[in-house]
Amino acid sequence: MDQNLLRQREAKCVQEEPPGCTTACPVHVDVRGIVDAIRKNDYKTGLLLFNKVVPFPRIISRICDQVCQKGCKRKEIDEAIAVNALERICVDNMGEPKASSMAIKAKKDRVAVIGGGLSGLTAALELAKKGYLVVLYEATDRLGGSLWHTPEEKLPRRLIEDDFIQLKNNPFIEIIYNTPISNDRSSNPAFDSICADFSAVYLGIGSKEVLSLNLGLDVDQEGKVVIDPLTLQTSHPKVFAGGSLYLGEKGKSPITSISHGKIAANSIDRLLQKASLTANRDKEGSYPTLLYTNVKGIEPQEAVKCSDPIKGYNREEALKEAQRCIMCECLECVKVCEYLAHYRSYPKRYVREVYNNLSIVMGIHHANKMINSCSLCGLCEEVCPNGLNMGEICQEARRIMVKRGKMPPSAYDFALRDMAFSTGEKFVLNKHQPGFNVSRMVFFPGCQLSGSSPQYVRKIYKYLCEKIDGGVGLSLGCCGAPADWAGQEELFSENLENIKSRWLELGKPKIITACPTCFKIFKERLPQAEVDYIWRIFEQYGLPPMAKSEPRKLVIHDACTTRHEDCLHESIRNILLKLGHQIEELENSRQTTGCCGYGGLMMFANRELAQQVVDRRIKENQADYLVYCAMCRDNFVAQGKKTYHLLDLIFGENEQDRARQLGPDFSQRHENRARCKIAFLKEIWGENVAEEKMDIKLIIPEEARRILDDRRILIEDVAKVIQYAEETGNRLKDTLTGRYIAYFKPVAVTYWVEYSPQEEGFLVHNAYSHRLEISG
Amino acid sequence: MNKENKQQINIICDKCGIPLTPGKVTLSYLGSSFPVELPKCSQCGLVFIPEELARGKMDQVEKALEDK
Repeated sequence: MDQNLLRQREAKCVQEEPPGCTTACPVHVDVRGIVDAIRKNDYKTGLLLFNKVVPFPRIISRICDQVCQKGCKRKEIDEAIAVNALERICVDNMGEPKASSMAIKAKKDRVAVIGGGLSGLTAALELAKKGYLVVLYEATDRLGGSLWHTPEEKLPRRLIEDDFIQLKNNPFIEIIYNTPISNDRSSNPAFDSICADFSAVYLGIGSKEVLSLNLGLDVDQEGKVVIDPLTLQTSHPKVFAGGSLYLGEKGKSPITSISHGKIAANSIDRLLQKASLTANRDKEGSYPTLLYTNVKGIEPQEAVKCSDPIKGYNREEALKEAQRCIMCECLECVKVCEYLAHYRSYPKRYVREVYNNLSIVMGIHHANKMINSCSLCGLCEEVCPNGLNMGEICQEARRIMVKRGKMPPSAYDFALRDMAFSTGEKFVLNKHQPGFNVSRMVFFPGCQLSGSSPQYVRKIYKYLCEKIDGGVGLSLGCCGAPADWAGQEELFSENLENIKSRWLELGKPKIITACPTCFKIFKERLPQAEVDYIWRIFEQYGLPPMAKSEPRKLVIHDACTTRHEDCLHESIRNILLKLGHQIEELENSRQTTGCCGYGGLMMFANRELAQQVVDRRIKENQADYLVYCAMCRDNFVAQGKKTYHLLDLIFGENEQDRARQLGPDFSQRHENRARCKIAFLKEIWGENVAEEKMDIKLIIPEEARRILDDRRILIEDVAKVIQYAEETGNRLKDTLTGRYIAYFKPVAVTYWVEYSPQEEGFLVHNAYSHRLEISG
Repeated sequence: MNKENKQQINIICDKCGIPLTPGKVTLSYLGSSFPVELPKCSQCGLVFIPEELARGKMDQVEKALEDK
């Protein structure tokens, strides 16, 4: 995966973007962090976060104009969080000012700051922090400028004094009082000589009229100094200006003034370091956040009032207000996806983990299981504000792992063996309808419906033959989805080529699918073929005559591979209404439906997680579910959800019982597919084919059968072990139980079987397997 | 080890008719191999891997090797 693509994908995930309050604040106060600290009763951290970006916390905690509130999402529901009141309670817990003891190396450049208001003082502090020697010219006998116009009850004078101690004690800052600067003769020094003497100048002289000062800087039509909004540079390349001089009397904003001091100090530093004044500065000052936060379902709640406005919030009130904050974050995908939630992070981090996993040459590939567990269903893309699809990334990673020989065999081998069965001679069949040498359409039921409910496959085919003129061929096989999901590109292409050549053999008929995944695979990967669903055929040609069942309330779970098939969703609902059922929709349905745990072979790579996925989905609604994918049905029923397949309602007898009936196990699926083919050959084409019988007869009690299925051990493999043991005599005996124990490795896995010979066959007690090979 | 010892007493090689005794066996997977001691028939070399070992420790080793 290349680096650029990685960055593009990472950038799509906005979870790490700062929230709207922080980006609206010109100095980017971490409001969410402060709120979190208050919730934890940790006022010290709250203050630290505030003071980190606000050099005068005591003053700002009383007079901030709260630009942050413009970005507060709470405003869309009721009113913005009372940020300044929360900041104040953090500051009120602050002790006496302490002298900073940072050792800074002095630079040779000297900078003049003209004006001791908030912007000038901030510029002076920031420049001093970087080691510049600052001379600050203040027109009056005190620092603070227009702060002193604030009423004392709002801004106690002691707070101003305390916040400014750091300036007065700063060895890098020299303050010269009672020295108004202009180019008049009375000015000593004159503005021009300051510009000549110092390496750079910051002008922060407030909102007063500047023309009469005769500074020689360009001014606009209104007589205001022309200032570049990005760099705060004036027409004089060494002179920068901001604060109320820039904002004007009406636009005064203490926090913006502080921000100007910082921006100007950065510009001056860049100028003196001979760096670009403009590069990468788009995130200084206020900017709109990229973070998406869904406020749906959040209850309105008024801001907490101060019981004593003079004192501000008490701790109880502050806590209550802090709890009103919705702690903006996105996590839209994580909220709807059990898989994404399972790994306790979010796609930006996951994308990086996947990338790192692929980059490891020597070492442990920690993210293998994560990569292999995704259902590839694409729901994340649907709900992501920027359309990031984790499934695409995981699938791509799987393909790379396969190519490099780094795919863990245990992840998908079993599923691929299942596919091998469905693409092998025991199942594959490709024929014209009897009496036809052309096929107008071909029915492709797919491997899972044939494995799960073979009886419906035959009924559908008979229906199609009756209803459709011009010949309906039959094609049994697997669309190759397991290979595609497992990252096996070669295997997938090979299978698709086989399907294509069989389709060509039948004369390019329209393909009718009964499985949502087959449909998707053909539509996307065999675009030259016309593909449709059996459901739309039912709608067009009429439902089979036996289609009637008692009316029920049914909750539709749409198959995840159909999420963009609006027409199909309509067909399914139309059929249900025609059958007289009452439909209920899940919150996430149609385009935003979820996976049943089978997609992407999640069920094989991470069974526990797949079961959690199912559990979450089936609990979304108490009523019975209706599905139209064999795997959705079997997975839901396996975990106790009463689930109807749409075919149960169309063809079924005793559908009530069917809805609870467990699907066949893996061995049974193979058998069902093989029998499906034989039944077709016999019933439709009148061919005389014998059912293949195993060479030995096995007796497998219910409990043992459950163990086999749980451990993904096929009965055919158990038979191979016993057959081998009986032929070679290579068997062990447990003298306590009298049972034989034997092992055999047909291909990659070694199977162990505990069995006892009986008169009519072999009784299987237990089986287990491993992949480590025994040698020597 | 105690548990394994106990089990090997119960298990005999049916072909050779003798009890299994601890013997050297090499297990290998994905290019890595390592020697272990397992109940083994001293005559024909048939080994016994108990269920707990296959589904426990050996499974863990498999997973670890697959992620290497």
